[in-house]
Amino acid sequence: MSLTSTRADGAQIVTVNAERIDAAMAIQFKEDMRAETEDGSERVILDLSLVQFIDSSGLGAIVAAMKQLGRDRRLDLAGPTPMVEKVFRLTRMDTIFNLYSTLNEAVTANKT
Amino acid sequence: MAEIFACSFTATELDARSGIAAVMERLREIDLPDERAEDVQIALAEAVNNVVEHAYAGTAKGDVRIKCNLDSQELQIQICDVGFPLTDCALPPGEPADLSGPIETLPEGGFGWFLIRELTSRLHYERLGRNNRLSLYFQVPLS
Repeated sequence: MSLTSTRADGAQIVTVNAERIDAAMAIQFKEDMRAETEDGSERVILDLSLVQFIDSSGLGAIVAAMKQLGRDRRLDLAGPTPMVEKVFRLTRMDTIFNLYSTLNEAVTANKT
Repeated sequence: MAEIFACSFTATELDARSGIAAVMERLREIDLPDERAEDVQIALAEAVNNVVEHAYAGTAKGDVRIKCNLDSQELQIQICDVGFPLTDCALPPGEPADLSGPIETLPEGGFGWFLIRELTSRLHYERLGRNNRLSLYFQVPLS
């Protein structure tokens, strides 16, 4: 699974370069997130704008990635496409994560 | 108007992915509305994942057979396998996940049946001999 990282305004932005986070790649995603965020900043923004589809395994992997960061760091989500947004909304995971409609919005929110 | 088609694939995660993609392509070809297609894809993926992960857990991977029937009011998707039956041969309740605890206790799974129940208009399951037959129903057009 392909993740790339950049930094902006003190946050680490991790971009998912895949069209789907599903059962076939959930474990890999979780492991790659651990490696990618091992010694990163306090705030991690996961850019989901390329992800067209997520299933419950993928959702679980994002929850796991948040837990891996521990209490002192946080995982925010940016750019969910309609189907991804729908899965977060239906499972009420949208009440657990900060979901920003665009990456820009997520990065800007950090300043305030 | 009635459109019927069927397909089958081996119950592995990767074959399931391409199998679901093939079903969705056919459904779009027969003009299933886009917004309904989203619901169908999410629910179908969860149902097929369950077959791959649970029905064929620890056994040789058998086939997943899918049959779709779209008429002017309803889409029926029937998913058949010859794996283990559902627990007690009954549909799970699909309660929403409990998100009330601290971050450490947040669930990392158990969303599947809840999503299936939220997105379908009704469900039917039967165990016939060695066969599991699960039907997902969706209202068409959008209400």
